[in-house]
This record gives sequence, C-alpha cells and structure tokens, in this order.
Amino acid sequence: MVGREVQQVTPREAILGKIRTELGRAAGQHPAPLAAPALRIPLSDRNLYKDLFVQSFEKLGGKAIIARNTSYVLPALSTLLEGKRVVASNAPFLRSCGITDLPQVQSGFTDRELLREACAAADIGITSADYALAATGTFVMLASPREARLISLLPPTHIAVIPRSRMLASLDELLSILPKPAEQTSSMVLITGPSRTADIEQILVRGVHGPGEIHAVIVEES
Amino acid sequence: MATIKETVADPRLQLAIYSATQRLIDHRAGAVGFKVFPEYQDLRTLAHDIKKHTIEHLDYYLEQLEANVVAHGGQVIFCEDAEQVTDFVLNLAKQRNARLIVKSKSMTTEEIHFNERLEHHQLEAVETDLGEYILQLAHQRPYHIVAPALHLTRYDVADIFTKSLGVKKEVVIEEQTKIARSVLRDKFLQADIGVTGANFLVADSGAVVVVENEGNARLSSSAPKIHIAVAGIEKLIPRAQDLAVFLNLLGRSATGQPLTVYTSFLSGPRREGEVDGPDEFYLILLDNGRTKLLADPDKRQSLYCIRCGACLNHCPVYRKIGGHNYPWVYSGPIGAIITPQFHGVSKDPWLPFASSLCGACAEVCPVKIEIPKLLLKLRAEVVEAKQREGAGGLERLAFRMFSWMMTHPRVYLMLACIGSALAPITPKIGPLRKWTSQRSLPPLASTSFHKWWAERSSK
Ligand code: SF4
Repeated sequence: MVGREVQQVTPREAILGKIRTELGRAAGQHPAPLAAPALRIPLSDRNLYKDLFVQSFEKLGGKAIIARNTSYVLPALSTLLEGKRVVASNAPFLRSCGITDLPQVQSGFTDRELLREACAAADIGITSADYALAATGTFVMLASPREARLISLLPPTHIAVIPRSRMLASLDELLSILPKPAEQTSSMVLITGPSRTADIEQILVRGVHGPGEIHAVIVEES
Repeated sequence: MATIKETVADPRLQLAIYSATQRLIDHRAGAVGFKVFPEYQDLRTLAHDIKKHTIEHLDYYLEQLEANVVAHGGQVIFCEDAEQVTDFVLNLAKQRNARLIVKSKSMTTEEIHFNERLEHHQLEAVETDLGEYILQLAHQRPYHIVAPALHLTRYDVADIFTKSLGVKKEVVIEEQTKIARSVLRDKFLQADIGVTGANFLVADSGAVVVVENEGNARLSSSAPKIHIAVAGIEKLIPRAQDLAVFLNLLGRSATGQPLTVYTSFLSGPRREGEVDGPDEFYLILLDNGRTKLLADPDKRQSLYCIRCGACLNHCPVYRKIGGHNYPWVYSGPIGAIITPQFHGVSKDPWLPFASSLCGACAEVCPVKIEIPKLLLKLRAEVVEAKQREGAGGLERLAFRMFSWMMTHPRVYLMLACIGSALAPITPKIGPLRKWTSQRSLPPLASTSFHKWWAERSSK
C-alpha cells in the first residue's frame, strides 16, 4: 500500500459498507417483515408445575424442599444452615421467611466490594428467584437492588426460596412474559442445575466455578 | 501436535476421540428424539429461516443492536481484524491501569489469537473454562469447538498441572477440577477485566447471550469492573423471543441438555441500584473476514452456524483425524466450509475434500446448513483456482483423479474396502494400503446423501 488513504473510513463504516455492498442493500433500508416469534406455551394445569419443577430439578442433581407456607421455611433449612457462614440477598421474600433474622446470615448489602468479600468467604448463598421454569428445573434471576449476581455464584452452595406462584411452564412462557428482559435489568441469568463440567474425559464433575450444590425451597402459600 | 498419520496410528488418541464424540452423539440423540422433543424439526426450520433473514439484513440488525447497547449504557466497537481488537483492549487496559484479564471460552478470541497478542504487551489473559485453561497451560489450541480438551486424558492433565502449576501429581478428575477452581478463583477476584464471547447477540435488546455449564462466563462478566464481550458480527438474532428457538436447539445439539446450566442475558453495565456487576460494558463486533462470506447466497449459510459442534461429532473424518489436523481453530465439517472462505480456497485446497459427503453433518445441524452442498461448491472452486494457477501437469492430473474419486463415493468406498481387505495379505500393494490404513468406512446417514441431494436440487 502506498501512503495513507486520504479519507479515513472508520472500521464501523467499512464493515457496514462491505455488508451493504455484498448484500446489495442501501443504508437504512428496512428488512422484510419477519414471522411472529414462535413461543410454545402448553395449556397445562398450573398446579402441575410444582411437581414437574421438582422432577426436572432433582434430575439435574438439585434438592427440592416443599414448605407449606413461609413459617415452614426456617425449620426446613435449619440443619443445612447450622454453623455455616451464609449470605442472603435483599429479596423481601427472604425476610418474610425469617431467614435474614438468623445470626449466621449476613444480608442487606448495598456495597459491591463488601458483598463480594462476604460471598467469597461464605459457605452458602441464599436468594429468591424472579421465576422458576418447570420444564427444565430452572431459576430465573434478574439482577436488581433485591438480587445481586454473586450470591448465587461464589458460595459453594446455593439455596433459592421461591413462592410457588412464580412457577412458569418453560423458557417460552418466560419470554412471553418478559419479551425484552434488558428493559428491566442489566443481567438476567437462567440457572439450570449445579455448576458442572465434563471437560476431562467427558466425566461429569459438579461445582467447578459456581455452586456444586443447589437447593430449591418452594413455598406453597405466600 | 500429532499429524494425521500419528493421530490415526495412536490407539489411545483414537479411543479418546471416538468415545468422547460417541458420548456427545448419544447425549444429543437422547434429547432431540420425537418422543422427548417433538418440536425439534420445526424449530430447526425456524432457526434456519430466522438466521437467513438476519444475515440477509445484517447491516440493519447490527445498527439496531448498537443503538440498544448504547441505550443501556454500553459501548460498541466495530473491528475489522485482530489488530483492531488488540489495539482497543490494550488501550483500555492502559487507561484503566489493568494487568489481569479473565476470559471465558470463546472461539472468536481463539480465532484472533487474543491471548498471545496481549501477552506480548505484558497483559495476562487467563482462560477460565476448565478445558481451555488446561490447553492454555499446555500451549495447545482447542480440539473441538464445544469440548476443547477432548483429546486429553486425566493422565495428560496430571502432567500438565504438575509441570505448569508445580502441584503434586493428581490423577483424580474431581481433585484436578478442585485445583483449577482454586487457582482460578483467585484470578476472578483479582482480575481487572473480564472477557467473554457471545453465543447470541440480540438486536431488539442490545444484549449478549452467553451459555455455559461451569459458571466461569458468569464470573468473568460479573466479578471484574469491566466486561468486554467479543463476538463475530454473524451472531445476531433479531429478538429476545427468538431465543426460545435457539436456546432450545443449542444445548440439545451440543451436549443433550435442554438448557445449559447457565444462560446469561447481559445488556450494558450494572444499573442504578444493582448491587454488583461491571461498571463498564463493551461489545466488540468482529468482521475478520466474515463479510467475504456474504456475497454468495448459498455460501453465506456458513454464517448461520451456532457452534454446537454436532457436525464434528458425527463426522467420520473428524472422528478419525481429530481436531488439530484441520488448519484453523474451526475443525470438522463447519471448519471445512468456513476456513477456505476466510483464507481463500488455495491455501488448504485439500480441506473441502476432507469429507466423505455422507451427509450426517447436514442431518444433525440445528440451523440446517447445507454443508455437503457447500463442500461441493468449494471443491469446484478449488479445481477452478488450481486450473487458473496452472498447476503442473502431473499435479493437475493427480488432483483431478483425487477429486473425481472423492466425488464418487461408491468408488471411494469400494477402493477403501478392497484396500483394507487386501492389506493384510498383500503388503506389496504399497500406496493403496497406506491410503486405506488411515480410513475407516463412514457410518451411513439415515437418508443417503444422494437422495438428500436429489430432493434438495429438485426444489
Ligand atoms: S455447522 Fe451446524 S452442526 Fe456444525 S457446529 Fe455449526 S450449527 Fe452446529
């Protein structure tokens, strides 16, 4: 090449320009309409979601606990939490269940660094979840002042306490309720089972970087 | 790294490749069957149509994506090549005084040798996916787009860890995983920048979607103060709701999982009130040759690929020669169709011929890329290019014979059969025996390629 081009084309213009040339399109030209999204939502009985969730969740290696109402949550978790360092999210539902009152539970974090330190040292992270997907045994977590990202990620054990009313059939139903999750949060995460790898000899190992143990507490009436 | 000859002659390696791909084949088969997933075939058609639409209007959706990322407080950086990516990252690192980068698995960054480029500038970039981490320590490139360390055994890993980390020899896989976890946990907590790839870019949301099983992509995008996502421009889908199609196909096709353990849908830095997450969010959109694939309406299908790896697992050639014998980071059938288009057909003219055209790849591809058809097109281009270059007479003849044989699978199979049948008793058959000793008969797809091709062409 001889010297520099006189007119500097930015990489952005160069790439968009190449695309338009190759495709024979003009800038700003609108696309042909695209068929409506295909969301398949089964018309099944909502009462079945809980059982289906438990089934899918346990198949992944999770452990599910059913609590009749919020007052049953603490007794159900007492052995699990005994003597452990626990971080709980700011979800109001955890407070209603009395979890944040336990002496070993740290909660109410608003500072990122403090939260990070606490999570890195904790044995257990407790969160609620915005939704749970029955078909796949999935927790849906939207980052917000109530739910931080790292509580369900850094501690080796994650417990999610969820009112039964937040059960959805599947990913398809979630996307019909939340057609654009980015309008609500910078981060929506679907958690389907414990962290795992099969990178060495295709042998399944749980708990690589995220929690190797996960529990779901489903609260029937809330 | 083992050559084709060495790979084929190494029974341990052959077993490793064969059993790992077989496991992935079985997992997929268990997740896409009509009984468990009746929508599967319909979703494949939908996925193909959505990708076709998106690629045909790529400029429009890129601009929409960009506007939405910016609206959520992120920045979009268009890069034509590896150098522009490195320049951007180095500049940012310098401004922010960053030293350590944690990275989650991304074929796009492999493609541009991201880590090596940064290392030259004293910036440490650590791979955090277990398989990728092992490979980084061993200075190897991924063997497979989904299972990068597929060719290594626990004993190889033990040696690599002892040599690079100075730990005592550990051959128990759970313990090896723990070693990696603890080394990498510190890196996550110290890192200044997290780099991830993207499985999908969602235009209507300005979002990056990352799927994974380990949690390293979540950590890379959540723990450090800066998150950079690097993605090829072809990763676009128009709407978040289209994920219902693509996520349902990707996990099942890759590992037989209805959903991978973590699916992160990320848009911009953390927002007002959110307790954690990055302060800065950058999306690097990489061309690196992709725009060259757009002109031909058939060949542009190669850009529909969602990197599930199913075509590799089902390819008799991949299963025999392994991932490192393909010239580029993308191996198997998808590698055989994109590499020549990125690098020019003359660079590795044999590549489009490294297929028995059995059609298994097209049959399992979740976005229905017509891989055999594209291979044939590329073969024709190779022959044309060779003729233009005026390759020497003998070479040309040999080449023609080779292409003729490879395009006449029956003859090829027959020769292969005769060759292997005669090999033990007629060592004098020399060249043919050598040829057949490195080939096994490809399993037949349930529709033969010929039938598939005839049906396709008559449409
Ligand atoms: S070409 Fe199809 S089967 Fe192969 S990796 Fe891409 S999406 Fe998967």
